[in-house]
Amino acid sequence: METTIKQNKVDNGLFSNDIMLDINKVTKIYPTPKGDYVVLDDLDLKVKKEEFISIIGHSGCGKSTLLTMIAGLNEISRGTIVADNQTVKGAGPDRAVIFQSPSLLPWLSAYDNVMLGVKQVFAHGTKKDRDDIVKYYLAKVGLEDSMFKTAKDLSQGMQQRVGIARAFALKPKVLLLDEPFGMLDSLTRGELQDVLVEVWNQEKITAVMITHDVDESILLADRVIMMTSGPRAKVGDILEIDFERPRNRAELIEHPDYYKYREHLINFLEH
Amino acid sequence: MKDKIINVLRFIGLGFFEPAVRLAAGEDVKKNLTALFQKVFFPIISIFLFMILWNVGAKKLYNVEKDFKIESARASKGEAGVTAELARIESGESTVNSLPAPKAVWSAFKNLLADHKAISVKKKAFKERVAKTNEKREAQGLAAITYTGRPSFVDQIKTSLWTVFCGFILALLLAVPIGMLLGLSETLRSSVNWLIQIFKPVSPVVWFLLVYMIVKTLTLSYDGDVSFIISFIAVGLCAMWATLVNTTLGVSSVDNDFINVAKVLNLSVGQKVFKIVLPSAFPLIFTGLRITVSVAWMVLIAIELLSQSPGLGTFVWEEFQNGANDSNAKIIAAMFVIGIIGFMLDRIMFSIQKLVTFTEQ
Repeated sequence: METTIKQNKVDNGLFSNDIMLDINKVTKIYPTPKGDYVVLDDLDLKVKKEEFISIIGHSGCGKSTLLTMIAGLNEISRGTIVADNQTVKGAGPDRAVIFQSPSLLPWLSAYDNVMLGVKQVFAHGTKKDRDDIVKYYLAKVGLEDSMFKTAKDLSQGMQQRVGIARAFALKPKVLLLDEPFGMLDSLTRGELQDVLVEVWNQEKITAVMITHDVDESILLADRVIMMTSGPRAKVGDILEIDFERPRNRAELIEHPDYYKYREHLINFLEH
Repeated sequence: MKDKIINVLRFIGLGFFEPAVRLAAGEDVKKNLTALFQKVFFPIISIFLFMILWNVGAKKLYNVEKDFKIESARASKGEAGVTAELARIESGESTVNSLPAPKAVWSAFKNLLADHKAISVKKKAFKERVAKTNEKREAQGLAAITYTGRPSFVDQIKTSLWTVFCGFILALLLAVPIGMLLGLSETLRSSVNWLIQIFKPVSPVVWFLLVYMIVKTLTLSYDGDVSFIISFIAVGLCAMWATLVNTTLGVSSVDNDFINVAKVLNLSVGQKVFKIVLPSAFPLIFTGLRITVSVAWMVLIAIELLSQSPGLGTFVWEEFQNGANDSNAKIIAAMFVIGIIGFMLDRIMFSIQKLVTFTEQ
C-alpha cells in the first residue's frame, strides 16, 4: 500500500457533478439572553460522491450541530447546504441518519422498525420487494435470527445494528452518522465498526460521520475533518487517509502509516 | 407449569403468591419461605390485628353510648328508668347506633345476600306471573310490565358498576382525543390551560349539580332513567381529568429522537400520530386511565347519593337515613364491598395496561 499524507485547507477543485454534498458558508447562531452565540462560522466543506468523511473535534465544537443541519433537523442560520444538487430544506429519507442512541421505536420489532422507513421510500414497490429489502439488510448486520424480536428486548449493540440496517435500507444519497458507537462498550464498538465497514464497502454511500474516536476515523474515513474548538468553529485541518479499501482493522494497525495518521490527529486535538 | 402459573399470577397482579408456587415446586426453601412470610403471612397478620383493633374499638364505642343512655335514664327517672332502659336496649326498641363490630358487619353482609336471594325469587315469580299479560300487551303495542320492587344489594352493586363503566367510557372518549389534540398543539394547550386548571379541582358534588342543570333541561320530554344518565355523566366528568392531563403530557413529551426519526422518514401527520406519538404515550395514557377508574369509583358513591340512582351510594345513604339496628353494619359492609371492588377494578386496569403497553427495560 502506497500512502502519502496530504493536507488541503482549500477546495481541491472538483467538478460540481462529482460533489454529493456542498456545505457553503454555513453559520449557526443560537440566540441567548447574553447575546448571540455563534457555534459555526462560515463553514465550507465539500464531500465527493462515494466518499466517507469523518468529522472530529472537541465536545461542544458544533460538529453535531453541523450534522443535524445537513439532516435538515436543525435550522441553518446563514449559508446553504446542497445535497445531490438540491438545497436542504427539512429532513428526508435521502439523508438517512444513524443516531447516537439507536432511536428505535421500542414497541416495534427490529423488522418493523426497518420496514417503517422502507415503506416510505419504496411505496411503489411490491410487498415482496419491501420484505426482501428489510430482510436483506437485517441479515447484513447479523440479525437474521432476531429480526422479529421487539426492539426493547435487544441489547444496545443489537439495537444499533438495527439502526444501521434501517439507514442503509432507505438507499439514501447521503448517510449521516452522529457518533453512532459512542454509547457502546469498546468490544461491541469494534464489532459494529466492522459491520459498518462491510456494509459500506458494498453500498458506497456518501457518508459523514461525527466521532470522538481517532482510530474509528482512520478505519472508516477517506478524509478526516478536524474542527477547531468553538465558539465560531470552522474546519481547522483536513487529513486524507490513503489506505486502500476494503480495509481490515488488523492489517491497518500493522501498517507503519497508521501511527503517523494517529499522531497527526492526536496532535491536532491536543493543541 | 410452575413458570406458567407464576406468569399468570404476575399478570393479574397477584405476584405475591409467587413464593408459595415456588415452594410447592420444591425450590430453595429458606429463600422462598422468607419471601412467603414477607409477602403473604405478614399482610394476613396485619389484617388480623386490624380486626382485633376494630372489635375492641367498636365494643368501647358501644359501651360509651349505652352508658350515656342509662345515665340519662337514671337522671330523669331514677333506678326504675335504668331497668326500663336496659330492657328497651335489649329488645332493640332503643337503638345503640355506634360503630358496629366485625361480627355484626359479617352477619349484615350475609343478610344482604339472603335478601338478594329472596328478592330474586320474587322477581322470578313476578316475571312468570306477568309473562302472559306481557305477551298480550306486546301484541297490543303496549310497554311490558316490569318489576318495580325494591332492588337488592347485588342489584345495586350492578347498577353502580354499570354507572362507573359508562362514566369511564365517557371519560375515555372525551379525555383521550382532547388530550391528544392538546398534546399535539401548543397553541391549543396554552389556550385551554386555564380552563382545565379551573375545572380540574371542582368537587364531584358541584359537577353533579352542573350536569343536573343541563341534563334535566335536555331530558324534559324523556321519561327514561334520567338519574342514571346524570350519574354516569357526572362520574365521567369528575374522573376524566387524570386521563386528560396524562394524555396531553404523554403526547407532548414524546422522545425527541422518535420525532427526529419521523422527520427523517418523512412520515405523514397520521402516521406520526398513530405509529409514533400514540404508542409512545400509551404508558402515560394508561396510568391516567387507571387513576380515572379509581376516581370514578370513588366519586360514584357521592354522586349516586345525590342523584338517587339506585346504586351503592343510594344504598349507603338510605341505610344512614333508615337508622335501624343493623343499618350501620350494612353501611360498613357496603364500605368493604366498595373497597374490594375498587381494588379489583384497579387490578383489571393494571393487567390491561401490561398487555397493551411496552415498558422500557
